[in-house]
Amino acid sequence: MSHFDVELDTSGLNCPLPVLKARKALSEMASGQRLHLIVTDAGAHQDIPAFSKMTGNPLIESSENDGTLHFILEKGAE
Amino acid sequence: MAKKLAIIASKGTLDGAYPPFLLASTAVALGFEVKIFFTFYGLQLLNKNLNLKVSPLGNPAMPMPVPVPSIVQVIPGLEWFATWMMKRKLKQKGVASVEQLRDICVETGVDLIACQMTVDLFDFNEEDFIDGISSGGAATYLEFAGDADVTLYI
Repeated sequence: MSHFDVELDTSGLNCPLPVLKARKALSEMASGQRLHLIVTDAGAHQDIPAFSKMTGNPLIESSENDGTLHFILEKGAE
Repeated sequence: MAKKLAIIASKGTLDGAYPPFLLASTAVALGFEVKIFFTFYGLQLLNKNLNLKVSPLGNPAMPMPVPVPSIVQVIPGLEWFATWMMKRKLKQKGVASVEQLRDICVETGVDLIACQMTVDLFDFNEEDFIDGISSGGAATYLEFAGDADVTLYI
């Protein structure tokens, strides 16, 4: 897994909470910093890439391990 | 320029409360400007104290643990039971409560607008509504919706 600055575990939470919490975490980060987002909501497969695309916070990496999804998002320029 | 989402919320049931607040809070997270117009029974979603219910009556698609014939569904307490069951399920599955989603909408600047005509029609008391809402009519909605990227009637 690539390097990250902040970790956010949303395990057990369902749509739309992972997206809302990711948004909040990113808003408190400086641009260029990376967020490790952990999600168990299966809809996140599609939702997090959509969120990344629409908000301009690039998705650096994604992986799945035993039903748990891991995303590395980089905070984009303000 | 930010995308815009215009929603008409016309339902005041527990299940009817989710789509407007869920989509509005998510849309804000995605950078949208959002306005929700509450009309008819949807006005109940603006009450400070939410007491939303879900009923299996007239809703044959609602999953029930055992089949309950319509004639039985009129028994007092069944609506209470269905609501309790739904709330328990939502909690178990890690779904946010309506209150939680509404709070996020308020905090993130979703514009909540009460339809003035239906407020008057039902003699709703605006003091019972949460703070920070405005009121408007059909033209207020259409002015915003005319430029919106997404419009929904729920």
